[in-house]
Amino acid sequence: MLLDLGIVFGRVAFVMMFMLNLGGILTWVERKQSAIMQDRIGANRASIFGFRVMGLLHPLADAIKMLTKEDFRPARADRFLFSLAPFVSVFFALVAFASIPFGDTLRVGDRVIPLQAVTLNVGVLYVFAMLSLGVYGVMMAGWSSANNFALLGAQRAAALMITAEIAIGASIMGVVMVYGSLNLQDIARAQGNALFPQWLGQWVPAWGVLTQPLGFILFLTAGIAATKRIPFDMPEGESEIIGYFVEYSGMKFGMFAMADFLETVVIAGMTTALFLGGWQVPYLMADGFHFPWGAVATLPQPAVAVLQVGSFVVKVCVVIFFMMLIRWTLPRFRYDQAMRLGWLGLFPLSILNIVLTGVLLLLLGGRA
Amino acid sequence: MRLGRRFYLSEVVEGVVLTAGHFFRNMGKHIAHALGRKSARGAVTIQYPEERRPYSPRLRSLHRLVRREDGSPRCVACMMCETVCPARCIYIVATEHPNPEIEKMPERFDIDLGKCVFCGYCVEACPEDAIRMDTGILEFSSYSRRGMIYTKETLLALEPAAKDGRPTSPVPIPATRTV
Repeated sequence: MLLDLGIVFGRVAFVMMFMLNLGGILTWVERKQSAIMQDRIGANRASIFGFRVMGLLHPLADAIKMLTKEDFRPARADRFLFSLAPFVSVFFALVAFASIPFGDTLRVGDRVIPLQAVTLNVGVLYVFAMLSLGVYGVMMAGWSSANNFALLGAQRAAALMITAEIAIGASIMGVVMVYGSLNLQDIARAQGNALFPQWLGQWVPAWGVLTQPLGFILFLTAGIAATKRIPFDMPEGESEIIGYFVEYSGMKFGMFAMADFLETVVIAGMTTALFLGGWQVPYLMADGFHFPWGAVATLPQPAVAVLQVGSFVVKVCVVIFFMMLIRWTLPRFRYDQAMRLGWLGLFPLSILNIVLTGVLLLLLGGRA
Repeated sequence: MRLGRRFYLSEVVEGVVLTAGHFFRNMGKHIAHALGRKSARGAVTIQYPEERRPYSPRLRSLHRLVRREDGSPRCVACMMCETVCPARCIYIVATEHPNPEIEKMPERFDIDLGKCVFCGYCVEACPEDAIRMDTGILEFSSYSRRGMIYTKETLLALEPAAKDGRPTSPVPIPATRTV
C-alpha cells in the first residue's frame, strides 16, 4: 500500500520535475537560441565567483530579481482574484502534462508501473480541459487588475483561446479516429505498429505525423497559438496593449511568464504523444530492437524503459526547439489576422481533415 | 497576392529555413571555437568593456590641453575657443605667465561637458594648437551636472590616444564630482 503510494508519488514527481526544470531552462533556451539565430551571443553576464556557465545562471538571477521586487497591487484591483490569477495560470499549465505518457511500462519484479503521472482513458480530453482552464487565470488577471488595457488583453486571450482550442480539438479528432482511442497511452502504443504493413513491411512506424500530416500542421499551428507566444501574442501585445499582466510585478508576473513556458512544454508533449510516436523508438519493441531486415537485439526491460523515456524527452526538446524557432522567425499577427487564420483557415481545414480521414479509413478498411 | 503567399505556410517554411540555417551555422562555429579553432566566430557581438571596435583617428573624443615642455599649458588664453563655442561650454580666466616671453596663460580653463556638443570648433579655432580632442575617452559620466565640469588640471593631465584609438589615460574623475 505504502509502496504503491510511493510509486504514484514518484511518477507525479518525475513529471513535475520535468515540467518545472524544463520551464525554467526554457528562459535560458529562449535567450540563447534567439541570440544564436540572430548572430548574437545572448545573456552571459550573470556569474557566481566568476563562473558564467554559458549564461545558465540568468534564470537564477531572474528568479532572485522577481522574488525581491515590489509586489504591487493597484488600489482598485480585486484583492482575491488579483492574487489568485497567476496561481491558476501556472496550476493548470502544470497539471495539464499529467496524462501525457513519458514511457510505456516499467516492470520491477512482478510490479508493472505505467510511465505516466495519471493513467486516464480520456487523456486527450483531460489535457484540453486543463489547457482551456488555464485561460481563466488570464481572464481573472485582466478583469481583476481594474485596468482597461489588462481587460482588453484578457478579452483577446479568451478569443484566441477559443479559436485555438476549436482548431486543436478538431485537428486531434483525426488522430483519435486513426488510432481509435482517447487514451494517450493507447495512442502512443498504436504508433509503434507498422504503417501499411501489406505494402511497406515493417519499415515505417505509424507515427501520427505520417498518418495525419495535415492534422499535424494544424495542431502545431493551433498549439503555438494556444501558448500565447509571439506569432500569436495579441493577449500580450507588447507594442500596443501591454496585455493582461500590465499591473503585475515581481514573482506574480514571473508566474505568468512561467505559465507561457509551461504551456509550451505541454503543447510540445502533446505534439510528441499524438504525432511523433510518443515514447516510441523506431523498431524498439517491449523486449528489444526488432529491425525490419530481421536482426533482433534483445534488451532488458529497464533498459527499454529508459530508452523510451529518453526518446520522449528528446522529442519534446526537438518540438520545443521548433516552436522557439517559429517564435523568433515570424512577425506577430494582428488581432484580426489571427482571428481570420483561426476561423477561416485552421477550423475549416481541420474539419476537412476529419472528413478526409474518415473517407480514407473507409477506403483502407479500418485503422492504419 | 500569390496563392502560396496567401496560404502563408510556404513563407513560414522559407523563414524557418533561413533562421534555422543561421542557428546551425553559428552553433557549428561556436562549437569549433570551443574546441580550439579560435578563428571561428559564431557571433558578430563585440563584448564592449573588454573588447572595443577600433576608433577612427578623426574621432572627436574628450578634450585635452596640450602642455609646454615645462608642463604649463600651451594655451595663451586668447578666448578664441570660448568665443567660437556654439554651446558656450568653455570658461576661461586669464593670468600672467611667469615667463615674460609668453603673454598670457589660463588661470582657469573649465569645459562643461554636460553642454559640449563635440563639434570640434574649439580645436579648429585654436591658434596655438593648445586644445585637442584626441584622447579617445568617451566614457565620462557623472550623477550631477557639477561633475561634468572638467577643470584645467584634469584636462592638462590627459594623453593622446594610442595608434589604434585606444585611450592611454584613464577616464578622469573631476575633483568636483560629488558621487
